[in-house]
Amino acid sequence: MKIRYFAWMKRTVGVPEEEVTLPDGIDTVGDLVVWLRSRSPGHAEALAEGAAFGAAVDQRTATFDVKLAGAREIAFFPPFTGG
Amino acid sequence: MSVRVQEADFDVGAELARLTDGNKRIGGLAVFVGLVREMHVREGYHRDRIDALTLEHYPGMTEASLQEIEAEASRRWPLEASLIVHRYGRMEPGERIVLVAVGSPHREAAFEACEFLVDWLKTKAPFWKLEDTPKGEQWVGAHEGDDAAAARWEKT
Repeated sequence: MKIRYFAWMKRTVGVPEEEVTLPDGIDTVGDLVVWLRSRSPGHAEALAEGAAFGAAVDQRTATFDVKLAGAREIAFFPPFTGG
Repeated sequence: MSVRVQEADFDVGAELARLTDGNKRIGGLAVFVGLVREMHVREGYHRDRIDALTLEHYPGMTEASLQEIEAEASRRWPLEASLIVHRYGRMEPGERIVLVAVGSPHREAAFEACEFLVDWLKTKAPFWKLEDTPKGEQWVGAHEGDDAAAARWEKT
């Protein structure tokens, strides 16, 4: 599964994207966030509890209860500031 | 109805001419052009000069999000034509960032749909602004006023 990071989260994590193999028990976006925090201090900071960020599953905005089954690309990003 | 995400600048006059060409049912065309401002007001008083703005986006999701927003506008108003052109990459103050144009038989629908599209694209399309200021680079935070502006179009 590909994980992508955008804007400041990319710099905090240290990479724009990474391939991960999920262990058993990681079923939702929320589970994934908790698991990713353990990968590095940068991950822990970018995905910290209370940090303002959103997620997308296969390029569709997703809440933390969305299931990961079958997903190919998960993205994490700060609130949008376009326009 | 179309959406474009591009690095290059756009020609407003040429875009509008192409949008309305051959469609004589359009009686009103409402247009919004967003520009890079030279100052950023933070917390209402503090001002940072901006040397440049870099817009990052999420290719693929960006286009899909803009198409969804445009489709929603078409469901809500009787639109004859609509266009969203949003740039990404580095831009300096005065440069155009975004063009939103909506054509309808009557002006009310055109004005409302144009405002709706701008409000929603600010909060629902995956773009992020990085400011280059004399104090260094700074990511622009979400603006509460933008959330409120987008929320007033939510259907209750």
